[in-house]
Amino acid sequence: MRRGVGRVVLFVLVLAVLWGLWEGYRWLWMREAWTWPFVVDETSMPHLHSIFQALWSSARPGGVGPRLITILFHSALFTAKEAAVGFALGAVLGFCLGALLAHFRILARGFLPWVVASQTVPILVVAPMVVVWLNPKLPGRFQDWGAVAVIAAFLTFFPVTINTIRGLHAADRRALELMRSYAAGNWRILWKLRFPAALPYIFAALKVSATASVVGAIIGELPSSIQDGLGGQIINYSQYYTTQPTGLWATNVIAAALGITFFLIILVAEKLVVRRAPENVA
Amino acid sequence: MSVVQIKDVTKRFGETTAVEGIDLEIEPGEFVSLIGPSGCGKSTLLRIIGDLIQPTSGTATVNGKPARQARIDRDYGIVFQDAVLYDWRTVSKNIALPLELARWDRRRRVDKVKEMLELVELSGFENHYPWQLSGGMQQRVSIARALSFDPALLLMDEPFGALDEMTRERLNMELLQIWEASSSTVVFVTHSIAEAVFLSTRVVVMSPRPGRISNVISIDLPQPRTATTREEPHFFELVTAVREALHLGHDLERAPV
Repeated sequence: MRRGVGRVVLFVLVLAVLWGLWEGYRWLWMREAWTWPFVVDETSMPHLHSIFQALWSSARPGGVGPRLITILFHSALFTAKEAAVGFALGAVLGFCLGALLAHFRILARGFLPWVVASQTVPILVVAPMVVVWLNPKLPGRFQDWGAVAVIAAFLTFFPVTINTIRGLHAADRRALELMRSYAAGNWRILWKLRFPAALPYIFAALKVSATASVVGAIIGELPSSIQDGLGGQIINYSQYYTTQPTGLWATNVIAAALGITFFLIILVAEKLVVRRAPENVA
Repeated sequence: MSVVQIKDVTKRFGETTAVEGIDLEIEPGEFVSLIGPSGCGKSTLLRIIGDLIQPTSGTATVNGKPARQARIDRDYGIVFQDAVLYDWRTVSKNIALPLELARWDRRRRVDKVKEMLELVELSGFENHYPWQLSGGMQQRVSIARALSFDPALLLMDEPFGALDEMTRERLNMELLQIWEASSSTVVFVTHSIAEAVFLSTRVVVMSPRPGRISNVISIDLPQPRTATTREEPHFFELVTAVREALHLGHDLERAPV
């Protein structure tokens, strides 16, 4: 309980410091009229409070219509659906691929370079191709957003594959001898020893992937011209940036909040699933 | 019929010869310690009996079967220097692991785990996780796990080597009680002369490079051993005999050929 209170205090403190840095930088650069690395004014760095103000006021100039935060919340839900499906897809595929490559070392030698290569291709190049290839094949329910989920999965699977391979080889040598002494088959060694021993590694990857899947979903929305998600909102507000910079900043805040939410869900799942000596947590 | 029968076993790892020309027979109910300096191949020999490694030449037989068949039939339980408990399993679940692998049904598993917990005096700790226990308690869980499926043979690789002297002596007593209660055969690898003499019916002294059996000493101390056994003059005589056998092995090694 006391530790919980301490964490909240720390969180608020860090938030205050970051807030102070932003406003302090802004104030100093504007007063001295410094132009390096960029000119600071209401457009490039709006007040933080005006960003949050924009969230609570109407999205359209004139003050009629729903609040910006309501609109962005619905966009975030849409993007969350894409990201969640993509994450699940990527995590399952990533694990299966990792398990396969961990088991057949020859396969790993042959395939791993290509798996790595797949990740060096910029997602902005891959995304339009996936949309063009996949969209015509998708059944009506998955039209458009299904392709985006696949793009999110593309960013998700890689860390999971790499850490699954690492984790499945992480079991203690003695623990493996013990399994051998019980005449356990490969399949049971996998489920009773290798997989549980790999879980901390897999969760470390899932935490990276959880945020990556949100980024993947947002980027995937751009070439598929989906208007319902955060990607659509980012395109929309970047067009109005010079006249209304707070809109884009507010969208950023919501996108970050979505990424953090994904991360926290995995963190909680890890706490529930992984039972490990405090000193052995990977 | 011997529980363990080793005939002319040699094991090489590449250029190094770990053990050479080992012959050893162990009868049912014996408690045999393998003792010797580091590198004498005592752990290698134990692993050959358990079919965790295979000899380069010679044969190892357990319960009249080739070691491999004995392993597949789960004829032995093994205890390592580290308890090697699975972090993600509770004490009960750790003890039940070999039973799960042997496909015992749930009811039988629960009953057996309860019985084993009583045997190693850990009742009340069934839902603890391994890291919540002391080193001595962890090793007791590991012994309970090795004995849970009633193997005829118990292989122990320096099981108390990482524990402090007090815990070690207490676990020695407990191990003897368990050995008597379960009427199993024990092969015990150790560095400690006193421990070997106190526990064993026979001490096998090994010498290094290459690992050979240099002497076998029968321990004719009365059974059951008690806390006062360690204070008997004959205990000290036997400790001295084992110590001299060990030194002789060393001297032989250094003697010019």
